Amino acid sequence: MDRRTFLKQTGLVVGGVIGGGIVGGLIGNAVATPEPKVEVQTVTETQTVEKVVEKTVAADYGQALQFFTQEQFEVVEAAMERIFPADENGPGAKELGAAYFIDHQLAGSYGVNGKEYMSGPFYPGEPTQGYQYQLTRQEIYEIGIKGIQDWCQKKYNKKFTELSEAEQDEVLTALQKGEVDTFVGYPPASFFSLLRTNTLEGVYSDPLYGGNKDMGGWRMKKYPGSQMSYTQYIDKDEVPTIEPVSLKSHMGH
Amino acid sequence: MATVMPQKDVVIVGAGWTGGIVAAEAAKAGLSVVALERGKDRSTADFSMVHDELRYALRYDLMQNLSRETVTFRNNESMRALPMRQHGSFLLGEGVGGAGVHWNGMTHLFLDYDFQIYTKTVERYGKNKIPEGMTLQDWGITEEELDPYFYKFVEMAGISGSDHPLRPRSWKYPTPPMKLPPALQLFYDTTKAMGYNPFLGGSANLSQSYTNSDGITRAACEYCGYCERFGCEYGAKADPTVTVLPVAQRTGNFELRPYSHVLEILHDGKKARGVRYVNVLTNEEFEQPAEIVVLCGYVFTNVKLLLVSKLGTPYDPKTGRGVIGKNYCYQVGSMGATGFFENKEFNTFMGAGALGVSLDDLNGDYFDHSDLDFLHGGMISLSQTGRRPIANNAVPPGTPSWGKEFKVASIKYFNRYLSIGCQGASLPWRHHYLDLDPIYKDRWGQPLVRITFDFEDQDRNMVKYIAEKIAEIMKEMGADIVVPGGNLGPYNIVPYQSTHNTGGAIMGADPKTSAVNKYSQMWEAENVFVLGASSFAHNGGANPTGTVGALAYLAAEGIIKYSKNPGILV
Repeated sequence: MDRRTFLKQTGLVVGGVIGGGIVGGLIGNAVATPEPKVEVQTVTETQTVEKVVEKTVAADYGQALQFFTQEQFEVVEAAMERIFPADENGPGAKELGAAYFIDHQLAGSYGVNGKEYMSGPFYPGEPTQGYQYQLTRQEIYEIGIKGIQDWCQKKYNKKFTELSEAEQDEVLTALQKGEVDTFVGYPPASFFSLLRTNTLEGVYSDPLYGGNKDMGGWRMKKYPGSQMSYTQYIDKDEVPTIEPVSLKSHMGH
Repeated sequence: MATVMPQKDVVIVGAGWTGGIVAAEAAKAGLSVVALERGKDRSTADFSMVHDELRYALRYDLMQNLSRETVTFRNNESMRALPMRQHGSFLLGEGVGGAGVHWNGMTHLFLDYDFQIYTKTVERYGKNKIPEGMTLQDWGITEEELDPYFYKFVEMAGISGSDHPLRPRSWKYPTPPMKLPPALQLFYDTTKAMGYNPFLGGSANLSQSYTNSDGITRAACEYCGYCERFGCEYGAKADPTVTVLPVAQRTGNFELRPYSHVLEILHDGKKARGVRYVNVLTNEEFEQPAEIVVLCGYVFTNVKLLLVSKLGTPYDPKTGRGVIGKNYCYQVGSMGATGFFENKEFNTFMGAGALGVSLDDLNGDYFDHSDLDFLHGGMISLSQTGRRPIANNAVPPGTPSWGKEFKVASIKYFNRYLSIGCQGASLPWRHHYLDLDPIYKDRWGQPLVRITFDFEDQDRNMVKYIAEKIAEIMKEMGADIVVPGGNLGPYNIVPYQSTHNTGGAIMGADPKTSAVNKYSQMWEAENVFVLGASSFAHNGGANPTGTVGALAYLAAEGIIKYSKNPGILV
């Protein structure tokens, strides 16, 4: 089956399930768009469709690294998966691509605190005065990942990725409580807090950033993504389940 | 050497709501007007990708680039002030339209009690009710005087809303109330049954398409849930770029210069002759001479320009004398309640910035403070601004903040919790003020504004009292788990609270205790007008933009009058 036929067919399948004007617009858009990513996001309704998807869709070229080393990436990916694990609700942070998300974020302005006041002099402040380190987020991640690895070596004589899930949870709990003593230059609890925030961002941001793969994060929460209008629903008691759309669907409009 | 530009009647610093209103009114009256805006030009076309929580709500795409300029902060004078390195407690705007592009659209006029707070407090409770150190003062204006100018703002923006049961008005909102989602209907019915007086607050998100008296037509709001921190791609949310700025442009008397960062007001100590600014792209400096200089920046910009230009007498917290920097106030929160519902789902991911039901029963002086250990209060509201998935992961107390249990609960409750809030009034103190930081500088080598501010017992006592009432409402609404507010710590610049910063160039009837008169005209420099919430003598218990807009229309009238008949206008 060529991709165009596939898209048309799956589009029809999905259309039968959801209904409404939003779907119509999306399918039209999907067929006309040469990029494979988006269309797939609309078609994960049934097992059969999912299998077809795996065989048909080209590699996700966004899933490569801009900042982390492979080992750093694996630590972050494993930690994120414990923060937001796969379960009966659906995929976890790993499958949703949250670690790719933060890798890409760190490679850009966010990673070097580009729009933040980073001029000195630097003094430790009161908690009410907020962030006062001279570190960029790239440096914080370097410190954090090394701190985790050193702690795991010291306590378990293993790498973080070699630990059992229960042990990984122990490490993350120790981080959160600030009990890890292998961090140099940044508090472990603050790093944990950043990692947790970035995990949720990777799970729930628009798929254009590399996480929330196939809008799987949004679907779990019944969040419909970037809808143009809720006028027909806003004053109704029933909470509708609306198939999500991403910003990709706004291209060309 | 700065290039000297051709003379104008009016130069405006900052093209947000107040700058846009003055531009439209002055240009319509035939004055030549130029607005200098430090950020870029913007229109609805900028927002075709606006439904992006990460970019706009969490990476602050529309906000001031803090690498160039920020503020410093300390809780009190014994602390070392340190720079606000990242956005948090409040979100400063930048670019054409200013913070008026990323506002929610909640539109209220402060109460008559606010404008005459000193007189009315003393009348009802006596002088001793005002604690030592609280620099409470009247604004030199009444609600009655300001109401027609509030209506001008309402008519221009197409504000929708219902009648206010406690504040009968001579006029109706030009558009009907917005549609009520089930959660807000529940709040409305519950509070009404409890004896409160709920109403649908003024909303700048249009409930239907609307044409104002300037002939500007805008479309109805689609309840897409992307207002606060976002720009509206439909123009359904009133902002300066879809209302007043196009009106100013149409006259042919108005010029908008983006990327123009004003460094200094040029003056001789009595009158200004213009401003000096830098093009932020080329670093080229210019002088813009003008008959009238109008400061329309945010609170910190206005105060900074006055202080670095050495115009007006700086406030001295030791003596209480001087005016520039005086009475910096904020907004008091921490009294809201969150309720989790086991068996009820709400469509809270839909919404609009100003979609809400409010009540003023515990605001201002609508309730007797004789036996209470605080003054004023705040507007209580349940709003449905559109809940987005990254930032909204509330879970019942006792739930871990990560891992499987967290995931299950955060997904389960995403559409099953509601949060009632309150905009608590913030009253002024002698030791809360703005001045220039002695150490930290901006990109152009000018000192940053320094904030000295904390919460006081007045605030803590108010928070305790109102939090209890809000928790009662949440219980009555049928929430299975109610998490009340009520604990107010020290002011912390990190968690987002409110972009309602006020004061620093306050208005009043007495030149010794205020910087500007009711026309926003500087007592110490009659051809300089300083607009916006910097003129609030304290912050009231409601969103400030409606009051800012009303005062801007009054100021615009004053500016036009002044252009014909110079002198102090009162």
